[in-house]
Amino acid sequence: MLNRESKRGVLRAALVAVAATSLVACGDKDTVQLTGAGATFPYPIYSKWFDAFYNETGHQVNYQSIGSGAGVKQFTEGTVDFGATDGPMTDEEIAAVGGAVVHLPTVLGADVVTWNLPSLGETQLRFDGATLADIFLGKIKRWDDPRLAALNPGVALPSLDILVVHRADGSGTTFIWTDYLSTVSPEWSAKIGRGKSVNWPTGVGGKGNEGVTQQVKQVEGTIGYVELIYASANGLPYGAIKNRSGQFVLPTLESVSAAAAGVDLAADTDFRVSIVDAAGADAYPVASFTWLLVRPDMADAAKARAIRDFLRWMTRPEAAAMAAELHYAPLPKSVADLVAARIETLTAGGAPIADGR
Amino acid sequence: MNPRRRLSGGGRGDTVFKALLFLAASTIPALLIALVIELTRGARQAIDRFGAGFIFGSGWDPVAGTFGAWPAVFGTLLTSALALLLAVPLALGVAIYLTEFAPMRIRRPVATMIELLAAIPSVVYGLWGIFVMIPFLRTWVYPVLEARLGFLPFFAGPVYGPSVLSASLILTVMIIPFIMSVSREVLLAVPPGQREAALALGATRWEAVSTVIVPYAKSGILGAVILGLGRALGETMAVTMLIGNRHEIAASLFAPGYSMAAVIANEFADAAGGPLHESALIYLALILFGVTVIVNGAARLMIWRVARRGGAT
Repeated sequence: MLNRESKRGVLRAALVAVAATSLVACGDKDTVQLTGAGATFPYPIYSKWFDAFYNETGHQVNYQSIGSGAGVKQFTEGTVDFGATDGPMTDEEIAAVGGAVVHLPTVLGADVVTWNLPSLGETQLRFDGATLADIFLGKIKRWDDPRLAALNPGVALPSLDILVVHRADGSGTTFIWTDYLSTVSPEWSAKIGRGKSVNWPTGVGGKGNEGVTQQVKQVEGTIGYVELIYASANGLPYGAIKNRSGQFVLPTLESVSAAAAGVDLAADTDFRVSIVDAAGADAYPVASFTWLLVRPDMADAAKARAIRDFLRWMTRPEAAAMAAELHYAPLPKSVADLVAARIETLTAGGAPIADGR
Repeated sequence: MNPRRRLSGGGRGDTVFKALLFLAASTIPALLIALVIELTRGARQAIDRFGAGFIFGSGWDPVAGTFGAWPAVFGTLLTSALALLLAVPLALGVAIYLTEFAPMRIRRPVATMIELLAAIPSVVYGLWGIFVMIPFLRTWVYPVLEARLGFLPFFAGPVYGPSVLSASLILTVMIIPFIMSVSREVLLAVPPGQREAALALGATRWEAVSTVIVPYAKSGILGAVILGLGRALGETMAVTMLIGNRHEIAASLFAPGYSMAAVIANEFADAAGGPLHESALIYLALILFGVTVIVNGAARLMIWRVARRGGAT
């Protein structure tokens, strides 16, 4: 039990504490809190960037990695300051916001093919687009299929049934994968198409990259696709895929960046471009941008400045180095320059965003 | 204030208290109604597009915008039914053993241990299912079933692991504690006089259990079963992780399938097929809600009839 005197003391201490906190809160008037939501794939690098940006500027960014679809939805409803997505907004979605959206690529992602064939050990298999499409269509059913054997001369492919494992949850990873299959296979494009969830003709569905991985690891003869970063972090085997120039290319930071360098972007591009099956001898063919979504004209000048500052910060070499550390392929210079130029076109209340604090 | 007024139930305090209680009591039905209205509104687009045919249609193609719920509806009903089929005898057996046959000093600890199973989060069950149960089943159990019973379409290969059967088995494990724990309470509540009378008349332990104790408690046991069924119908996470997530009905229990809750959990966060896809998922939620209401209603009716006919409780 507290006596009256000490009760008063506690009260006083509490009041002082409250006053002190509010003083601190008032002290840093020109820092703002930004909210963003969307893609889960770039979340590790975004949170690292936001943290570094906060330490440098005091602007706090609260990012919820709730999935690309939900990110687009929240951006459309105006409940967040910016969105993030692995698949660009569709024309209808852009119409829903009256065209008021700028897509800004941040880093690159790639999907890899992974499998479970213990008899092959560390062998890195080779695939091409048509073969992958036919495996995922359920037309190539055995590992010792002549077409797979032709792609992998000298490899003793086992006589096993192929079991396809795909993502069951809607995901950007699936979008990239089906975008690639649609690009290289007319049959896939006509029957299945591209999307974050599609009507899979064969196989079992795992939840998340980890669900697919577990399924692949547990059953011999499985084949699946996962994010490059996830695959390298978990030591999964992955294969080389034949690109448009006829080269078999392994997914690496360089080959993924090369895929983005292979696309020709006009100065006024909206950045909503697919870079699957890109040109270029060393381009890895199953890659994609991931985007931030911002409004071209923002009402709140303080927030607009903070967002613009972050975007500028993000295009600096230090930011790209952080991305590479986490195995995210950075934008090639040609794209980064275009992004940097686009950032300067953002406005606040119709006027250019002022420099400085 | 005179004592008579107080007795007659008047007074401002009582009125306020009554109003507050009424308010509290009416929030539940109000929430339920709001839920149905909101689900119906969200599902409007899919209802207009597909009508009631959605329930029995199949094919789930977010890209083309065609949706049919039947594989998921069927998967939910099948996994729940299988889980009940396996869990009820087991749970009931444990409950009877623990109330009638087990040595006194192990009754409490064993019951507590089983009840603890009910407190495990379903995602943990899912992980356990992926890492422990499926590898075990795929190595030791499924090949035997396939070899011995493979001539039946239900046990035809190939065996992958994640399947309707795996999901049903994890549901079995998950609902046993509910059914066991409630049945046990009900059996404990059977008056000792009933038990003693049966034994005094020369009944064996088994006869006492089968002719007196279980019939006496049967409406309560049915209630326990319904509780388990409710959990099985709505279980999401563990099923999603083990059922294989395929919008298809296969004859074999070794084949992957889908359940309504699993479809919603998987696809809602990233309902990328646009507003129609999202609407179809909400329609699916409405159907799941409807199925739960129907199953529970039917079960209540059954209890009520058993209770009336039996007249024991």
